[in-house]
Amino acid sequence: MIEFIEIIFTAGFWAATIRIACPLILATIGEVLCERAGVLNLGIEGIMSIGAMVGWMTVFLGADLYTGILAALIIGGLFGLLHAIFTVYLGASQHVTGIGITMLASSLGFFCFKLILPASTTPPKIKPFQPIDIPFLSELPFLGPAFFQHTPFTYLAILVVIFAFWLMNSTPLGLSIKMAGENPMALEAQGIDVFLVRTIAVVLGSALMAVGGAYLTLSAFDAFYFGMINGRGWIAIALVIFASWKPERALLGALLFAGLDAYQVRAQQLAGAVIPYQFFLMLPFLLSIVAMVIAAKRTRYPKALLIPFRRGERH
Amino acid sequence: MTPLLKVEKITKKFGDFYANDRISFEVNKSEVLAVLGENGAGKTTLMNILFGHYTPDAGNVNFEGNAIEFGNTNNAIKLGIGMVHQHFTLAENLTVLENIIIGRQSIFSLSLPKRQARIKILELSKKFGLPINPDELVANLSVSEKQRIEILKTLFLDCKLLILDEPTAALTPQETDALFSTIRNMIETGLSVILISHKLNEILAVSDRIIVLRNGSSVGEIETHSADRKKIAEMIVGKKIDYPQKKKIPRKSKVLSLVDVSYNKTDAPNLSKVNLDLYGGQILGIAGVAGNGQTTLAKILSGHFKATQGKIVFNEAKSVLTSPKSFMDLGVAYIPEDRNSDGIVGDMEIWENAIMTEMDDPYLRNSLGIINKKTSFDRSENLCETYDVRMQSIRQRSRLLSGGNVQKLLLGRWLMRKPKIIIACQPTRGLDEGAIASIQNLLLKAQQNGSAIILISEDLDELLTMSDDISVMYKGMLSDPTETSSTDKLSIGLQMAGDGFL
Repeated sequence: MIEFIEIIFTAGFWAATIRIACPLILATIGEVLCERAGVLNLGIEGIMSIGAMVGWMTVFLGADLYTGILAALIIGGLFGLLHAIFTVYLGASQHVTGIGITMLASSLGFFCFKLILPASTTPPKIKPFQPIDIPFLSELPFLGPAFFQHTPFTYLAILVVIFAFWLMNSTPLGLSIKMAGENPMALEAQGIDVFLVRTIAVVLGSALMAVGGAYLTLSAFDAFYFGMINGRGWIAIALVIFASWKPERALLGALLFAGLDAYQVRAQQLAGAVIPYQFFLMLPFLLSIVAMVIAAKRTRYPKALLIPFRRGERH
Repeated sequence: MTPLLKVEKITKKFGDFYANDRISFEVNKSEVLAVLGENGAGKTTLMNILFGHYTPDAGNVNFEGNAIEFGNTNNAIKLGIGMVHQHFTLAENLTVLENIIIGRQSIFSLSLPKRQARIKILELSKKFGLPINPDELVANLSVSEKQRIEILKTLFLDCKLLILDEPTAALTPQETDALFSTIRNMIETGLSVILISHKLNEILAVSDRIIVLRNGSSVGEIETHSADRKKIAEMIVGKKIDYPQKKKIPRKSKVLSLVDVSYNKTDAPNLSKVNLDLYGGQILGIAGVAGNGQTTLAKILSGHFKATQGKIVFNEAKSVLTSPKSFMDLGVAYIPEDRNSDGIVGDMEIWENAIMTEMDDPYLRNSLGIINKKTSFDRSENLCETYDVRMQSIRQRSRLLSGGNVQKLLLGRWLMRKPKIIIACQPTRGLDEGAIASIQNLLLKAQQNGSAIILISEDLDELLTMSDDISVMYKGMLSDPTETSSTDKLSIGLQMAGDGFL
């Protein structure tokens, strides 16, 4: 029995937790930005998928890894712009548009992949980001291998949390995004263009989602295949609620889910013979639902979420 | 002297409907211009054009000699126009300070100058007597505090022209007085004000000049000192108003009593040990600032909430009541506070709304139990005619009715049932003079016919003209009733602020 507890005292468990959390962190913060401005972005799953493909393909065709991240950022921003045109400017249903974008982006991504690499049966590989040792810190016992021997992309994801926290709490744009999702009329009454603020939030958020997808192909794995996002986008949607729309709590939620996932894999190896492995696969989802139920009780939705803003009409 | 603001022939259409039709007026420096008119006369539309929310179809506006760029609130703010909207334009998830400073620097700027802003806000707050805590979350503020923030927001802009769209709708008389003394302070410092209000007394007390709008057109302009209340009211409505005349009638038997009724839940303001007696032919007024439990009381009396403690006794016999329907069957009529969301279904047609509560009536159904359209139409036509609901057709969607007509439809629907008790929550709130008079006349007529009425209102003039007795509600407690003839606005106002409650 003691082995099950020992798992969480291994550096490997913590390192895996951070690795699994990174794409979730990026995607959840992306969704937080969109929803804080009042726009639900269900395009997340597809945007992550196309971000993973474009980032990978850019590197496969000869660019360096950072250009790969940039390419994912741009394609995510473009799909965000598409979502914003429909939901912000045209006031279309955010649910329908989002699902549409997920279907379009994930299929288009795979279609382009097949166009460029028609013959490949086993997915071709690239050389992904390699772990770097942070001087001194990486030599610490336990803490070193757990937290300071990751790839640069991982540290970038942590920087994004800090950036998002600063953006939301200390800049006029962050304040405007929060107001746009709460009472857009108040924002207009202060002389700010609600459409512009919402569009910026959706474009920026979608770009982060795509980068989250690219983490999978450029850092966690080295290949792209269809369906590799595997519901991570939907997990991020749930984590946003768990996080009460706050970037710092998104980090916490992503780590919690990732920790459960990392634990589950290790517990499987220990008890796989006795308990069916499917039980362990289910665990992170089950426990996430429990955590969500507890956290969501006190949560407060952005009031204008899902409500299109229409200028110059009677309210 | 050139006027500060010159509005020329502004026209704004929504579809085929002229919300504003060639309206022209001027505002001078240090002047309070009042804009009056019925609901839907086009006042708010006009202000929304001046502030840049709407783009007009024709016309010009000059501010200090410069043409205003339409459809751009930022431009209006930069020129020096501030507006306090009819509904709060505050984000509840942000602090007072954040709500005030947002928009004062580009959204692409990298820093928020919170420190300087806090100093300026506190200075303004002191100078104009508007106490606030800049770091409080707006969600935690009361209605009057929110109103204060709205005013501070415009002062923070250093505006030259302030547009106030029904600023007193949610305030107590004392708070209203405080607001108007602030406005007078601001005028002394050179500010001009455009004031919109339904309350004629306020307009007469504070404005210099009045313009009246009717059906989207300007129908008159008058200096306030030469104005007369009745004449203005008639200008607004466009015909003579039949003001309600209260006749006292002898009390009949007791129809309702509450014994120590309390409500302790988190979904609505609570009640603590409310006692109340109501007699046939009596109008009991309940005064109080919104949010002190009046709505909870009304919902308990109409069966929408269940009291957590205490007894409700109808006709001297305690009955076990379980649903709004059982209250209705006992003869209780309930005019909800928010008539558009709780009273009618806006997307259903007028005739459907008119018979919605009457589906028990076999007259409205055919032998298969299906709605009999012919009799239902007859009933609805009859209701609209009897209670003067003005509409194009009973097949029209109800949301297109004006506030006054919605209220007449609702009240008419109840009066057709000859209710024993009428619970009327803010029955005339937001209505114009003409509609107020009709609703009040209908209620008085119901009283003459023996109905007992609980009138919950924030309008003290209304309570004083309509009620036989007045109680005040404060933090869930209800004061003993006082006879209307032996009380006045001042003492009710003090009670509304908590005077006399433990």
